[in-house]
Amino acid sequence: MMRTSDLISSAGRALRANPMRSALTALGVIIGVASVVAMVALGSGAQAQVERSIASLGSNLLIVVPGAMRGGGGVRGQAGAGGGFDSLTLDDAAAIAQLENVAVVAPSQRARAQVIANGANWNPEVNGVTPDFLIARDWNIAQGRMFDETEERQARRVIVLGNTVAINLFPNMDPVGQTVRMNGGTYEVIGVLESKGQSGFQDQDDIVLAPLSTVKRRIAGRRGRGDTVSQISVKAQSEDVLSRLQEDVENTLRQRHRTREGEDDFTVQNLSSISETMAQTTGVFTALLGGISAVSLLVGGIGIMNIMLVSVTERTREIGLRKALGARQSDILHQFGLEAVTLSVAGGIIGLVIGVAGAWGMTTLFNLPLVVSPLNAGLAIAFSGLVGVVFGAYPAWRAAKLDPIEALRRE
Amino acid sequence: MALIEANNLTKLYRMGDETVHALAGVSFAIPQRDYCAIVGPSGSGKSTLMNILGGLDTPSSGRITIAGNDIGEMSDDDLAVFRNQTIGFVFQSFNLLPRLTALENVELPMIYGGVLPKERHERAAALLQRVGLGERMGHRPTQLSGGQQQRVAIARALAGQPALILADEPTGALDTNTGIEILGLFSQLNKEGATIVIVTHDHDVARATKRTIEMRDGHIVSDELNDRSARHDANV
Repeated sequence: MMRTSDLISSAGRALRANPMRSALTALGVIIGVASVVAMVALGSGAQAQVERSIASLGSNLLIVVPGAMRGGGGVRGQAGAGGGFDSLTLDDAAAIAQLENVAVVAPSQRARAQVIANGANWNPEVNGVTPDFLIARDWNIAQGRMFDETEERQARRVIVLGNTVAINLFPNMDPVGQTVRMNGGTYEVIGVLESKGQSGFQDQDDIVLAPLSTVKRRIAGRRGRGDTVSQISVKAQSEDVLSRLQEDVENTLRQRHRTREGEDDFTVQNLSSISETMAQTTGVFTALLGGISAVSLLVGGIGIMNIMLVSVTERTREIGLRKALGARQSDILHQFGLEAVTLSVAGGIIGLVIGVAGAWGMTTLFNLPLVVSPLNAGLAIAFSGLVGVVFGAYPAWRAAKLDPIEALRRE
Repeated sequence: MALIEANNLTKLYRMGDETVHALAGVSFAIPQRDYCAIVGPSGSGKSTLMNILGGLDTPSSGRITIAGNDIGEMSDDDLAVFRNQTIGFVFQSFNLLPRLTALENVELPMIYGGVLPKERHERAAALLQRVGLGERMGHRPTQLSGGQQQRVAIARALAGQPALILADEPTGALDTNTGIEILGLFSQLNKEGATIVIVTHDHDVARATKRTIEMRDGHIVSDELNDRSARHDANV
């Protein structure tokens, strides 16, 4: 019976005897493991990014927009299939505010406007909001202050800049206290928002907040009725009541709009469920990428089997001699099996390093978080070991079963 | 009791529809410290007999015991241990592993015997000294002459302290003078107590031993002691 240390040194010696061949054989596994690791890390990064950006919109949040959502889900903004853009009103918002479990209701009106300051101009989204908007969206002021209820009611010409807008219009100065021109009017900057970063491909900081009444009267123009809004943000008191609140909001609006279920002229988006759906989607995507990469690992395994079979054929005489000298079937089986496993595990370790490096490069390029869990890394190594066992088993078994008389006779 | 006792051994091979009797009822005994040759032309059954003596093959019928081991009754793993502990093989083409040094080649059977590395090195080194290769332990087979390679192989055969050394045409790949040297080494080992069986088709080789068993068509046709003078000549 062979000692384990002798077994290991014997396998190592056999692999070193043909360094080029061993390296090329391991390369199949290296590529396989590297691509699995990189793809899964990239997918997990994308998943984390999606979750993070949806969470950044605000927690326990329902967003009500006009128009029915077409099937399929996802955040599409004002789909506007039926009901048009004018179906939501300030009265709707007031009615929702009366519901149980509501923390804050914030109606808002979007518009586009060119903002000019310091000779520079910028085209951000201008959002007319009430002060509660910041609470609904879990947003904070970085500098200065938010406008208050009175300023909102009086439609004062005050605005709060998103981080991107502030940086672009006032690169080297404090924007608070400065004035900008918008649609021919002059507005005072009273605050700058904290940065929220990207949500998907949209820069959440490319925004200007102005009092809702100001936007309705001075910026959005006279389209539609005077009391319509483009969005109502509803923050629930807790995560647990979110879906119940969603039903209540839907029922209330149906009552007020006199529509039946299925003919809604509005859509209530539940950000938690959207987040879940998106996470699931990216999860499936990750699994798919990993699965496709796993095929290359399989090909790597077949490469190992191929080379091990060649090796067994080449070393038939050696196997015969070893058996004549007292090697048992299990000794030969272990020796060749260990060679295969060594190749695949070494390939797995190198592949892991390359995969993590590749994932790092790609996530840096796409500005995604790098997610490499120790579990995934361990699984990659374990799986490559398994590949070695599975694909090394048959060649090793062939070697172990060789008849020593026949084997010694072979030239 | 003799070291080897064979009683009415047969070995049958199926070749298509035909059954070939490689051994057709062979009986003989080889005592300890014997030095004998099994000779015969190809197809005589001598190789089959050697395989059975070496525990590489089992007889179809009959009974053979070697150092108390009944070859016919043993499992594959038992036979592997038997080959490791009881038999020392010497082959015509040396069968040294080219990647290993002389010392490592001699260690090989001890690896399968589970001998610890330190003891392995010492024993292998002592054996190489004994066959006259003390200066070449680190050489690889390709750096050695044929005669030196066969000496390494003989040292390897001795490594497991076997009860029987089994040599298959040990001089077949060597020139005459080197062959005589190798036979001299066998003779020396025999004087020191080793039991040696040489399988050969060469009667000159057979005459260098103490006893010649001649085979033909699966039968033993003669079994005679060689006369001393002939053996002496071959030893020169």
